[in-house]
Amino acid sequence: MGAHNAFITEASIEGASEGALDGRTVAVKDNISTEGVATTCGSDMLADYVPPYDATVVSRLKDAGATIVGKANMDEFGMGTTTETSAFGATTNPADDERVPGGSSGGSAAAVAAGEADLALGSDTGGSVRCPAAFCGVVGIKPTYGLVSRYGLVAYANSLEQIGPLANSVEDAAALLDVIAGPDEHDATTHDAGADSDYAGAANGDVDGLTIGVPTELVEGADEDVKATFEDALDAYRDAGAEVESVSLPSVEYGVAAYYVIAMSEASSNLARFDGVRYGESGGFEGNWNESFAETRAENLGDEVKRRILLGTYALSAGYHDKYYKQAQEARAWVRQDFEEAFESVDVLASPTMPVLPPKLGESVEDPLQMYLMDANTVPVNLANLPAISVPAGDVDGLPVGLQLVGPKFGEERIIDAAALLG
Amino acid sequence: MSDSAVDADEVRHVADLARVDLDEEEVERFADQFAGILEHFEALEEVPDVAAEPELVNVMRPDDVEESLDQEEALENAPETEDGFFKGPKVS
Repeated sequence: MGAHNAFITEASIEGASEGALDGRTVAVKDNISTEGVATTCGSDMLADYVPPYDATVVSRLKDAGATIVGKANMDEFGMGTTTETSAFGATTNPADDERVPGGSSGGSAAAVAAGEADLALGSDTGGSVRCPAAFCGVVGIKPTYGLVSRYGLVAYANSLEQIGPLANSVEDAAALLDVIAGPDEHDATTHDAGADSDYAGAANGDVDGLTIGVPTELVEGADEDVKATFEDALDAYRDAGAEVESVSLPSVEYGVAAYYVIAMSEASSNLARFDGVRYGESGGFEGNWNESFAETRAENLGDEVKRRILLGTYALSAGYHDKYYKQAQEARAWVRQDFEEAFESVDVLASPTMPVLPPKLGESVEDPLQMYLMDANTVPVNLANLPAISVPAGDVDGLPVGLQLVGPKFGEERIIDAAALLG
Repeated sequence: MSDSAVDADEVRHVADLARVDLDEEEVERFADQFAGILEHFEALEEVPDVAAEPELVNVMRPDDVEESLDQEEALENAPETEDGFFKGPKVS
């Protein structure tokens, strides 16, 4: 299964005989449906699930001539920051086998970093493409909400998640985004933007005259080594003619809490479909439907998934809805407004993608709150439905550090162009 | 209603609502972890009211019959079926 446990299922799905991705190999995260090939979401619940149809992004990969080489390992249902919650075992980081690759698209990032695929698709609900891209030293893009169809993506938190590309270079990631972007009649949240895109052509590293805003709140909490690497990258931007200035986004201090309340609430509803009757492992027919349902979920869902379903149910329950869910939506509106105001004076926003270096395996899963706090720099982007890219900024003793660039809505070309200076 | 502490009974109640069986060890562990996580979520009470109107647009299409999965494909992943239907446990 490869040295890093990057794939749950290895495959060889040939695409059309020619196209933009002719001759390129792609790893597809295992929550993206592939007709006739198991799509497990990293869960025992769906260990035997074989979708009868392709996700729209998979149809587009095939039409573009790509060869799908496997279904990439992931945190169970996308819930995690380390790819350790997979029911099929943890993926390891190609940069250092004792460390995590980041999550939840850790298999996708590791496959690209280890050369087991040229390109990969992940999904990003709170940073799940950018985090493993940063930890594995590759490029990852979280597109604007609505740019890429979610048809065939097994839902975790619909209002936040987008499918996004991972690759070894900004240009390659942009080329994959060109293939998957654009409207889809099967997903009513998709948008006309991206229909005739040329993101790959925008990857020039042309930053002369660009104004880069650095939100102080997203740098303060980072480790010193990460901060130093980030500052060096900013110097490269200054040398190339960009202007760097500090900005303040006071709302992002509430980003982690707002993100987890909203994501867990949506998850508690989305994962109700896994009842062992329509699909999922059956709990058997002892007792009534509720008892059988509760049993199959107890047996086939992992700890992190149970934790989020329970907390989401709690946040939506009578007496707590206003305190948690309603306030989280207020925070989301505030975050969106803060970003909009920032983009009135700067072209892009820059921060470290992750405030820490990749942790060792087993270090973070025991303390869920600490793991959630690692997502502080990525989740505000999902709350505001904006595009962002993580590009390698350098390393600390061989451990990769990612730089995140955030753009205004449908500003993919701008962040791709700017990111190309580094990779 | 207490402000932060989640006791074991509350965890059992939520697990029951969510249809997830928990053993005693899980109840204790989740009660412990939820206290810290919910305390962090309580910071949301400081968030000011933001008068932002979301841009909502109705996206409609004609309600036409289109190609879809056939019955056999739709049932492919069901653990138990009978006469072309999903077979489940009794309802109550």
